[in-house]
Amino acid sequence: MRHLKLLCVAVFILMPALCPAADEGYGYPVAGPYASTILGTPNQLKAELPAEIPMKRIVLDVIPDIQKPDVFFYDEGLKFTAVFQKQKAPLVFLIPGTGANDRAPRLLPIMKQLYKAGYHVIALPNPTHPNFIISGSQSHVPGDLAEDAADIYAALEKVMKEVKEDIEVSDFSIAGYSLGGTQAAFVAKLDEERKSFNFRRVLMINPAVSLHSSVSQIEALLDKIPGGPRKIRAFFNSIINKFTEFYRIGDFIGINDEFLYAVYKTHLLNQDEAGGLIALAFRISSAGMIFASDVMANGGYIVPKNRVLEKNDPLGDYFQVGVHLSFLQYFDEYFYPYFQKKRPGLTREALIETESLRSIEAYLKSSKKFGVMTNENDFILSRADLDYLRTLFGERTKVYPSGGHLGNLEYKENMAYIVDFFRFVEKQGGTTP
Amino acid sequence: MTRIFRRKCLALIILSLAVTLAGCATTTANLRPEVPAMHTIAEFSDDYDVIHAPDPWERFNRNMYRFNYNFDKYIFLPVVTGYEFITPTFVQTGVTNFFSNVGEFRTLYNSLFQAKFNKAIVTLGRFVTNTTIGIGGLFDPATSFGMERQREDFGQTLGVWGIGAGPYLVLPILGPNTVRSAGGFAVDAGIRMAVMTAIDPFENVDNGDAIEAGIFALEAIDMRHREKFRYYDSGHPFEYEIVRFISAKRLELDTMK
Repeated sequence: MRHLKLLCVAVFILMPALCPAADEGYGYPVAGPYASTILGTPNQLKAELPAEIPMKRIVLDVIPDIQKPDVFFYDEGLKFTAVFQKQKAPLVFLIPGTGANDRAPRLLPIMKQLYKAGYHVIALPNPTHPNFIISGSQSHVPGDLAEDAADIYAALEKVMKEVKEDIEVSDFSIAGYSLGGTQAAFVAKLDEERKSFNFRRVLMINPAVSLHSSVSQIEALLDKIPGGPRKIRAFFNSIINKFTEFYRIGDFIGINDEFLYAVYKTHLLNQDEAGGLIALAFRISSAGMIFASDVMANGGYIVPKNRVLEKNDPLGDYFQVGVHLSFLQYFDEYFYPYFQKKRPGLTREALIETESLRSIEAYLKSSKKFGVMTNENDFILSRADLDYLRTLFGERTKVYPSGGHLGNLEYKENMAYIVDFFRFVEKQGGTTP
Repeated sequence: MTRIFRRKCLALIILSLAVTLAGCATTTANLRPEVPAMHTIAEFSDDYDVIHAPDPWERFNRNMYRFNYNFDKYIFLPVVTGYEFITPTFVQTGVTNFFSNVGEFRTLYNSLFQAKFNKAIVTLGRFVTNTTIGIGGLFDPATSFGMERQREDFGQTLGVWGIGAGPYLVLPILGPNTVRSAGGFAVDAGIRMAVMTAIDPFENVDNGDAIEAGIFALEAIDMRHREKFRYYDSGHPFEYEIVRFISAKRLELDTMK
């Protein structure tokens, strides 16, 4: 099991620097949005972070009396990961991206960086993660920004109640990346009414503008694999075979960083293959999300309605169905009908519009506490989405020239920007850093 | 003393097995009739088995996977957490290095079985360096001298000899394997036992058996301490399927080098 994580990374490895070198002045080295997203930041260019921080797991029953079927026997409550300063300090809540949990690989560096800079940090799973769907969601149907924000808010109130004896908090802020960034905006809006936290700063890292638009961009990556989205088995097997053969003939002693770098250097995969792998990774997440929601809400979508699943039941067939369904199908066949029932007269277009920053733009425009950091080549944003962010947030928007979707997150300069953002104290006539 | 220790271990294992297997017998009666799902596997029969590894013994394996989760939760991880709490980090590293150094022996003879002489020479060099300069294996200067750790076991040897991997098999405590890697593990353990019996390092020591049992326990704790994987921690409902694929693939890749 030692190489499990590395192999995961390797399986989602890619390639080719087909694009020109990164802009002058910004030193993140990987060109190409998909390569950046899969490879992340080379070790020597990452911000220096402590190897270990005193993280602790907090597991809470945030919603009392949930009936959990036996198949989720391992789910004992909503999981939070927290790291606390010994003295009084500001606190930052963190929300990860689609299908990610409170220990997601992208989340830990942010957590370490903020802890190092003197903050308490508490992270929770994204509302699209099965743990949240099972133990943190009132409806068990994820994807509605307002409802998910209300669930997140309730969970954060609960966890603060739990830890209030242990820590002293000077003020609260919140950050999220990817879908978590978009959700952070809705959580902040809710906070203006409920005022449990009075967030001082809200940072959106590589957020989606519109859920439907971002998901469409990701799903479109599968159109470019041979045979299209219905041929993901052949596609995945061909990638694995390439990768295996490369390992077999090369002079490697194991699946390690050196091997991964070699895969990158030799352009083993082309752009379309790299994009396809990202979309497939997304499908693996969404399969878990769809299954968890369907079982909890007894939706009859991929699991027969009223079926009782036991602890040991083989689930492979549901997995196969789940990875073959696009997120857009989930939207049209499961999500939209669910909300149509709840809100009679709701049109599909109106729902798409609701699941977007546009639905709260007046608030976002007026509030000084927001900041956005994203990349010119983040493929979850269309050109129009990026322009919209620039117009909406003006100088509160920081756009890096490269990095794809979150690939440059751990790069020194990006990490420094995050810390500066939260350090900022609003003075008279102050502006964002 | 040893016998008592072994009995205690056995009792704990049986207890965890019982905890795991209980509940299998009780099947909740389903009172409402099932309604077919909107999407079923039949619809995707032309593109079946994505990210898949064959698993003819799936029921057994799922049981074992869950047993390991329970064993970790109630026994193994609390012990490991206690160990990590009471021992300073440099001691933990020393313990890890020590058992890695003992493990070089396994890599050495398996490299020879596979006629991988370069590996055998590096491994021998590592063993000599770490046993002497590294003070009985507590430190690992060999790696900083450019001699990287190689890993070979009898499961890999069998693979090189052309024996098929066999079905996926989740072992109690040891976790995901194939029949071949599990058999290889047993052979390596047997060889080690034979060597220990021949050398008998605690022959003239009082309570030699107890010391041996203590060393075995420490090795098991160190093994779990090194392994960051936690069963079901991903929270993903298809973790079992994904881990199965990755484990099978990893074992396949291991025999290539």
